[in-house]
Amino acid sequence: MLSAQGFGDTGKMKEYHYTGPVEHRFSPYAFNGGTVLAVAGEDFAIVASDTRLSEGYSIHSRDSPKCYKLTDTTVIGCSGFHGDCLTLTKIIDARLKMYKHSNNKTMTSGAIAAMLSTILYSRRFFPYYVYNIIGGLDEEGKGAVYSFDPVGSYQRDTYKAGGSASAMLQPLLDNQIGFKNMEGVEHVPLTQDKAVQLVKDVFISAAERDVYTGDALRICVITKEGIKEQTIPLRKD
Amino acid sequence: MALSNVLETPAAGFNFDNVARNAALEGLFEGGQTPKPLKTGTTIAGVVFKDGVVLGADTRATSSEVVADKMCAKIHYIAPNIYCCGAGTAADTEKTTELLSSNLTIFSMNSGRNPRVVMAVNILQDMLYRYRGQIGANLILGGVDCTGNHLYTVGPYGSVNKVPYLAMGSGNLAALGILEDGFKPDMELEKAKELVRVAIHAGIMSDLGSGNNIDICVITRQGVDYIRPYQESEYKDNRKMKYKYRPGTTPVLTEKVVSLKLEVVQETVQQMDTA
Repeated sequence: MLSAQGFGDTGKMKEYHYTGPVEHRFSPYAFNGGTVLAVAGEDFAIVASDTRLSEGYSIHSRDSPKCYKLTDTTVIGCSGFHGDCLTLTKIIDARLKMYKHSNNKTMTSGAIAAMLSTILYSRRFFPYYVYNIIGGLDEEGKGAVYSFDPVGSYQRDTYKAGGSASAMLQPLLDNQIGFKNMEGVEHVPLTQDKAVQLVKDVFISAAERDVYTGDALRICVITKEGIKEQTIPLRKD
Repeated sequence: MALSNVLETPAAGFNFDNVARNAALEGLFEGGQTPKPLKTGTTIAGVVFKDGVVLGADTRATSSEVVADKMCAKIHYIAPNIYCCGAGTAADTEKTTELLSSNLTIFSMNSGRNPRVVMAVNILQDMLYRYRGQIGANLILGGVDCTGNHLYTVGPYGSVNKVPYLAMGSGNLAALGILEDGFKPDMELEKAKELVRVAIHAGIMSDLGSGNNIDICVITRQGVDYIRPYQESEYKDNRKMKYKYRPGTTPVLTEKVVSLKLEVVQETVQQMDTA
């Protein structure tokens, strides 16, 4: 009996007398899911990600956070193909060390962003399948968020969502942080506590409707005192 | 194609009328994708126990990676003594079971008997085979009739299996593991319900296409107990902040009022029978 797994699509009419060559392709990429989010405040930055690693309809791991600490003032969130995420973060770590040894100082957030752009573009014709968002403090101590596409285009933002639930989160952030599509609302500057609460609520919503987001939420809050991490549980189903 | 199988036998052989139409329809969406049907991406399970049949299902319906419905009903009514769980394309499972249900109701009225499960299975198999797999419905049929307690599975290509326990859908492997481990013939009611609950729960936790609550349907000679939800999801979305918008947040650009001039021409009162 054919297993139910085989009935992914409403079946197409099969040609039963087809004897020609059939092309099978090997894809070097896989999509491992996950959502990342970064918000920049007046003197802080937040980088948050869920911790679910999935493939197809299965879960590989419930505890695989996508935020990686680069320096004392910078955290990067990578989602997409996990293999490329791991390699890319290793390469960035190595380049940070090299910079530190040659220039005797730590790379700033802006410099890391510029460097990442060139690293990604160097693989323009076989890209790293990774959606990156860097969050950190710039030289003046103000929060900075840099968002990337898989081949290295980047810009500085106040807030950005990336990964599988990005299309659901970005409009919500536009409304709550950017005060878009609203009139007659007072533009209060974002405090750290309100930002953290907003990030938690927004991920709860994402986990409700996106199957690839869930399990737990890892939040990294970057201030001049350092990087504080907290983990809160999300839906596991 | 609203044939009533019971009243007239369908034309013999295969009907390929729609092949040319489907090919033409695909050509209409040049470049873009044909609209994707809503799949249930499900875990459903059924178990035969001493006094009847227990059917279970999760309640999540997905449209590729987005959850479209958090509380969809996957256990469908077929007859007073037969219920059916459906996995696959949501529209296909709903319409197929509705069609089957109406056919069986006509049969009951004609013959004065409760339909037998094997009759429901034959009608389903006949219809799905005739459509050559184009109807994406994986169904688990369970029911109790005068010949005993039955559990059948019907695949989209028309295959039928009679089994004592079963799981279908994208979460079927996880659920089947639990069922294989815990099933015994002639179980008691509470044990059977617990086994199905644990099996669906395993599917919900391991499979991304299944989630939210668990529905259970118990069918016995005495009647049907449709418990929806049998177990609510323990993940309540409790957000700390309130997201409310004052009236006036959305700007009104222009306003146009059209008054409808109505006059009463005739008034009739009809009593509604609310008994």
